[in-house]
Amino acid sequence: MALLSVDELSVTFGGVHGRKESTAVDGVSFDVDQGQVVGLVGESGCGKSVTSLALMGLLPGKGVKLGGRADFDGNNLLTMSQRELREMRGKEIAMIFQDPLSSLNPVVPIGVQVTEILQRHRGLKGEPARKEAAHLLDRVGIPDPTRRLKEYPHQLSGGMRQRALIAMAVACAPRLLIADEPTTALDVTIQAQILELLKELVDEEGTALLMITHDLGVVAGLCDQVNVLYAGKVVESADRHELFAHPMHPYAHGLLESIPRLDAPRGEPLKPIRGSINDRIAWADGCAFAPRCDYYTIECLTGTPALTVPAAAGHQVRCVNPVREPVEIATLETPDVTATAHGGTSA
Amino acid sequence: MSLLELNDVKVHFPIKRGVFFDRTVGHVYAVDGISLKVEAGETYGLVGESGCGKTTLGRAVLRLVDITSGEVVLDGTDLASLPDKEMRSMRRRLQMVFQDPLGSLNPRQNIESILSEGMAAHGIGANQEERREKIRAILAKVGLPSNALSRYPHEFSGGQRQRIGIARALVLEPDVIICDEPVSALDVSIQAQVVNLLDELQEELGLTYVVIAHDLAVVRHISDVIGVMYLGSLVEEAPSDSLYAEPKHPYTKALMSAVPIPDPVVEEARERILLTGDLPSPANPPSGCRFHTRCPWAQPKCKEERPQLREVGDGHRVACHFVEDIESGVLQIGTDRAAVVPAARTEDAGIEAAAAKAAEAAEAAEDKAVEEKSASVEATDSEAAETDSTESAKDSTAQGA
Ligand SMILES: Nc1ncnc2c1ncn2[C@@H]1O[C@H](COP(=O)(O)OP(=O)(O)OP(=O)(O)O)[C@@H](O)[C@H]1O
Ligand SMILES: Nc1ncnc2c1ncn2[C@@H]1O[C@H](COP(=O)(O)OP(=O)(O)OP(=O)(O)O)[C@@H](O)[C@H]1O
Ligand code: SF4
Ligand code: SF4
Ligand SMILES: [Mg+2]
Ligand SMILES: [Mg+2]
Repeated sequence: MALLSVDELSVTFGGVHGRKESTAVDGVSFDVDQGQVVGLVGESGCGKSVTSLALMGLLPGKGVKLGGRADFDGNNLLTMSQRELREMRGKEIAMIFQDPLSSLNPVVPIGVQVTEILQRHRGLKGEPARKEAAHLLDRVGIPDPTRRLKEYPHQLSGGMRQRALIAMAVACAPRLLIADEPTTALDVTIQAQILELLKELVDEEGTALLMITHDLGVVAGLCDQVNVLYAGKVVESADRHELFAHPMHPYAHGLLESIPRLDAPRGEPLKPIRGSINDRIAWADGCAFAPRCDYYTIECLTGTPALTVPAAAGHQVRCVNPVREPVEIATLETPDVTATAHGGTSA
Repeated sequence: MSLLELNDVKVHFPIKRGVFFDRTVGHVYAVDGISLKVEAGETYGLVGESGCGKTTLGRAVLRLVDITSGEVVLDGTDLASLPDKEMRSMRRRLQMVFQDPLGSLNPRQNIESILSEGMAAHGIGANQEERREKIRAILAKVGLPSNALSRYPHEFSGGQRQRIGIARALVLEPDVIICDEPVSALDVSIQAQVVNLLDELQEELGLTYVVIAHDLAVVRHISDVIGVMYLGSLVEEAPSDSLYAEPKHPYTKALMSAVPIPDPVVEEARERILLTGDLPSPANPPSGCRFHTRCPWAQPKCKEERPQLREVGDGHRVACHFVEDIESGVLQIGTDRAAVVPAARTEDAGIEAAAAKAAEAAEAAEDKAVEEKSASVEATDSEAAETDSTESAKDSTAQGA
């Protein structure tokens, strides 16, 4: 069995004080194995963050209904007590958020925040804890770690803060790391450093990584398995090579054809998906994507389409008319940026 | 003559201290000597990382910030030295579209009122009736229903609000529109709609754009020429395709290689330069070449002398002392300054193994299953190759350090 196995997870908000119920996560299933990177990708509001908060037990208790299961190492996270969850968080499962500033305590030096974790979960104190903290900062590429430990979060740059947060997340060698848009607030050159760091963690420590992002580029470079979410449901789930070579759900297919690519030649108009996420119908009535879909037929309105493996396909798709054509995009040749072709430093 | 020309434009913000903020203790060199030309009917893209001065430069063109020195020449008139009164009438010809469509629209004004405000101020349309007709025509152009007139900003989606922002600029019949992050607040599936709209409007109305954005893929798509900024200066300028195919400045190379491309095959075939360190502060920029603290090719001279932007052929202007030596391979990348993640596919062994396996798979599989199998074989194989490449990248950093 996989390290984390999420089965039909659903999260419904509201229903209290006469407020209308709304289902943010609507029967999501996926597995994450040791040493594997699994991506959850989709647009704003599709339920990515709510999924991760549900797994971490960080949703408010009131006005939230949870359904399904999420087994971590065989134990259902959704039915654990707050105490058990607290024990689990930080030690077995760690999380990195988009905005590192909001998840660091602004009035406590970085060093104290790291050593606190080491004391709580690993029983380290005093000098050994400080040494280990410095080692952790060094590990994530923070220069001059001993000095940095004395500094406050606002004294670090955005990229540095995200590194500090990763250092804290990996302090107890968690088996599962959940990263919610960990690089969205960062510049691309810093993003590249952080993504490389995450890759190293997975390769070296065998950490399981659940990567949440809206950026298909990040997914393409990092994730082994990709789940595309739309309006709270997984609409396509595939190995990354499969997904990018043969996206079969009209939404995934449309996205890949519509986003401007860095390596696309100039002059070709983009092929947008029409409408917006607000143009949708309830899953109970049919396919939520139907109002925007070019492949729509009347069959799409007979209840929720099932997530199935269409004939001659290697992955799961939630669509009654899956797309068979490949994605059509012209690209420029990949440049040789270090000019190693002339001399050769790296090979 | 170019429609818009910037000559050595500087915008330095004073840093004030003291009880009454009366002492200037230094400056933020937000824009520090930029010269560029924007041709009529073309799009000039400005890219660079957060804080490099893109927005400030855009605002300087509109004189929304004080220009410390330099010229902003629109159609032969230097705006920087224009008296305020004359500037006001020039302002119609230059319009700005902002990143945050909701924040830039007054929530208490309906769309008609938002759009006709500027028209009235600039004397466009003899009366409200005429203005309303014009607004209707523009709303149709940007793809909004005409009943939008009496509605309020919050009643529209993000993509629609950005269309309202574009319409507000268009009703004034500007020559140049400066778009500051026009799509970055929008969802991915909406971005393409707005990008296409900008393209179509340019074609139809002969507009000139300056597009400011940190998303290189978007900028590459809409721009004819792109300027890359680093700490208040232009480090490279090139035609859009050539900037990707042949980046020449070390910073451009690193920036281009860091942008993720939504295609695993390309991601693996690509060599990447991972810079170390963070962006220095524009209040305290490094001496000499602003990029020398992070440049993997930096030489002693780079610390001393600031390189000027100069023509280096193929339509590129580059500010680097050593661009020719880097190009020819005389100067090699210093791996103590950057990790190079080599392309997985460039390793011969990897390619041979992949070919062998693919052949095997092709033999074993039958007709339509073939495609699927070779895709998955490719996947496992390149994953192995990728592990190798990360390791060798670490090796090279370790050796350097
Ligand atoms: N505490 C809450 N109460 C009510 N609704 C909520 C709550 N938190 C989230 N939602 C709703 O749940 C849906 C999913 O939100 P979620 O934050 O998971 O989106 P996301 O996919 O992470 O989007 P983004 O890319 O913008 O971060 C949204 O419609 C959101 O408004
Ligand atoms: N009015 C101001 N007073 C003082 N400093 C300013 C002012 N406006 C901008 N700056 C500073 O000037 C520098 C350039 O800012 P600018 O907003 O132009 O960057 P940018 O390239 O647009 O960044 P981003 O991508 O984050 O929008 C920054 O260091 C910023 O803090
Ligand atoms: S089920 Fe129908 S509407 Fe939904 S994505 Fe498939 S073809 Fe389109
Ligand atoms: S001038 Fe020197 S430091 Fe600057 S980009 Fe060129 S090689 Fe690098
Ligand atoms: Mg989120
Ligand atoms: Mg800006």
